[in-house]
Amino acid sequence: MVTYFFRRLLGAIPTIFLIILISFFLIRLAPGGPFDFDRTLAPEIQANLNAQYHLDKPIYVQFGYYFADILHGDFGPSFQYKNYTVTELIAQGFPVSLQIGLSAMLLALLIGVAAGMFAAYKQNSRLDHLVMTLSMTGISIPNFVVAPLLILIFAIGFSLLPAGGWNNGAMQNQILPIITLALPLIAYIARISRSSMIEVLRMPYIRTAYSKGLPSFYILTRHALKPTLLPVISYLGPAIAGLITGSVVVEQIYGIPGLGRYFIQGALNRDYTLVMGVVVFYGILIIALNLLVDLLYGWLDPQIRLQGRTHVR
Amino acid sequence: MFRPYNLSFGLVFLIFSSLLNAGSGFAAEVTSQQLADKQILHRGNGSEPQSLDPHKSEGVPSSNIQRDLYEGLITESPSGELLPGVAKSWTVSPDGLRYVFELRAEAKWSNGDPVTAMDFVYSWRRIVNPKTGSYYAQTLAPILNVEAIIQGKKPVTALGVRAIKDHQLEVVLKGPTPYFPGLLTHSSTYPVHQQSVERYGDKFARVGNLIGNGPFVLTEWAVQSHILLTRNPLYWDNANTRLEQVYFYPIDNQASELKRYRAGELHIAESLPLSQIPWLRKNLAEDLRISPYLGIYYFGYNLIRAPFKDNKKLRQALSMVIDREILTEKILKTGETPAYSWVPPNVANYEIQEYEWKAWTMQKRIEKAKALFKQAGYGKDTPLTVEIRYNTSENHKKVAIVVASMWKKTLGVKTKLYNEEWKVFLANRKAKKVTEIFRAGWIADYNDAYSFAELMHSQLLAKSALQADPEKRKQLLQQAERILLEDYPVIPIYYYMSKHLVKPYVGGYEDNVMDHHHSKHLYIMAH
Repeated sequence: MVTYFFRRLLGAIPTIFLIILISFFLIRLAPGGPFDFDRTLAPEIQANLNAQYHLDKPIYVQFGYYFADILHGDFGPSFQYKNYTVTELIAQGFPVSLQIGLSAMLLALLIGVAAGMFAAYKQNSRLDHLVMTLSMTGISIPNFVVAPLLILIFAIGFSLLPAGGWNNGAMQNQILPIITLALPLIAYIARISRSSMIEVLRMPYIRTAYSKGLPSFYILTRHALKPTLLPVISYLGPAIAGLITGSVVVEQIYGIPGLGRYFIQGALNRDYTLVMGVVVFYGILIIALNLLVDLLYGWLDPQIRLQGRTHVR
Repeated sequence: MFRPYNLSFGLVFLIFSSLLNAGSGFAAEVTSQQLADKQILHRGNGSEPQSLDPHKSEGVPSSNIQRDLYEGLITESPSGELLPGVAKSWTVSPDGLRYVFELRAEAKWSNGDPVTAMDFVYSWRRIVNPKTGSYYAQTLAPILNVEAIIQGKKPVTALGVRAIKDHQLEVVLKGPTPYFPGLLTHSSTYPVHQQSVERYGDKFARVGNLIGNGPFVLTEWAVQSHILLTRNPLYWDNANTRLEQVYFYPIDNQASELKRYRAGELHIAESLPLSQIPWLRKNLAEDLRISPYLGIYYFGYNLIRAPFKDNKKLRQALSMVIDREILTEKILKTGETPAYSWVPPNVANYEIQEYEWKAWTMQKRIEKAKALFKQAGYGKDTPLTVEIRYNTSENHKKVAIVVASMWKKTLGVKTKLYNEEWKVFLANRKAKKVTEIFRAGWIADYNDAYSFAELMHSQLLAKSALQADPEKRKQLLQQAERILLEDYPVIPIYYYMSKHLVKPYVGGYEDNVMDHHHSKHLYIMAH
């Protein structure tokens, strides 16, 4: 297990290097630069700005500077938000994204797994059809439709919750964004856990449990839950990554100061350092999450044992 | 409060004496019963400000906040008239070249330090210093030696600014510049606190470090969430400030901003979704503020490439056949007014110069345009194909489609439309290699025709810059614009309007052509 962990960690280094390399050159390939404005700058000022950010040097030298900074854990200053460094912006934005993302995930797991299990337990019943119809709806309605709808109903219609803003993380400001993020996840998780549960319920050991006369609730929670969760867990890794990176739209609509917005704004402003910082940070995060999910998988499923060289997948 | 200062040399005359009566104290007329108990204002503010350093930022969101945090020599009334700011009075030499500003002794920085003439000398040297890399270094161009300093040919100490005494500032200009006092309301001319800048560098404009001299101080800055300003008790005119706190929210999604406004979370919405304007006219008419703004929306021609290079007749024909009334009133319906000039209406000391064919019937215009089109070498057998490039936006797309259809209908021109992402668009427009016709906008930095000098006749401009007589200067500028218009380098489409939503119980808010709204004039009425 420990060897496996370190092998994966070592394997991540070239991946991260590639992420840095590719994104560094990609963003610079895009036409236009951070100092292209509607107004024209005096050439001397343009030259000075370029020099301040090493943009006057050949691109490989720029990469050298950037890479050396990254090794020191420094993502450099933001081109656009001049009073902040990229590291500071990430440090402010990430906890917000994380809080919203994890809350949505937790909510989705609770409701999704429960709904999926019940649907499977009552397979082909009305309840099952209802859950599946709802989840299909949840998957197909995009969040840029759900979010304004929720705002119209709860903020403008009933004046129950704020229409947007973060308000230093006040509870009432988090409710609508969390629901918006959670809805499609609930749907996915319900569908995954339903089909997984149906399979599990056909296993001989479940039949054995029934024949022993154990109550259904006990069988479901004690015997069926853990194996049912396996496919859900493997979905979690990419889902969390998608949740944090994909919350861009939700952050934009609700005006949440998360990290997702920097993806778009950084790219639009050609804020090279900010885009790079966010990409590299997410790259590391996704690699870490995948590793975590794999470890969790091994712990949940006795059929899978993660060993140094000979792990079975 | 406005005393002429008797200078030792020659005759001195005073301008802007009409400001005498204006002074401060707009909010004073409101009795305390009419005011709401909670004087906290919530303003939508477009996108996240680049910086709160007035010398290192660009864009409206930054300057909106800086107007509350700092104060220049001269400030503005709610309707945009000039008011004494840190300078309680100023005098101009008869040749218009030398200004002497008398600074208020009671003006203080938010840490209690007095605001002195040296602060302005330091600040203005900082902004023109090419090492600072300020986007607005050229704002101070009327001052002696600015260009040479920006180009690195002269040291910053050569700048024509000098502290005569602690509270007396002398500014020497390179030519008489009637709009110079107006220029001093621009946020890039605000002073910065030398010690903090030297101590904290780029981080001086952050909570805890920022020392300003405006009516409010920076209390919270949650990036992408909000900026909170609190009343500055040390501000010289604090007695007339009504608001205790002002929140600025960066909301770049206009639909979201409207929802937050409707939910009562914002008192002022900075920008509106254009598609909702008809709805707003019907449902929030009292809140909707659409008013003239000093800016023009136009199409530009690439003048260094065929087919528009050396082809004035073609450029004129394409401009003449656009029915701007139909475009603005029937299609856009967002309040813009049709443009037939380069300098928009409402510019101070200026008479609007419009194409004479504005008054013609559309039919007559089309006939004339057809003739020009033919003379330019185009017609049924030799049709013209052009490209319009614009940065991606529903509104720009609409305008381009309408213009293209008008060209097709009247002159049989085939138009290809290209939308490009903003920075790509800017890069292409600058390179002038692929661009033929491009969408553009020009917004004045200060209320004077000179702010539209970009495309105007350079010799006449230079002449006007040396002209101390306001009437002669005006004539020269108008002549320069007429030459520009007759050459048809651009197609004026419409004049911009500023568009906001303001709660009816926000007092002290007046529409003005610069669209500057200082929080210090605003207050919340009981509602």
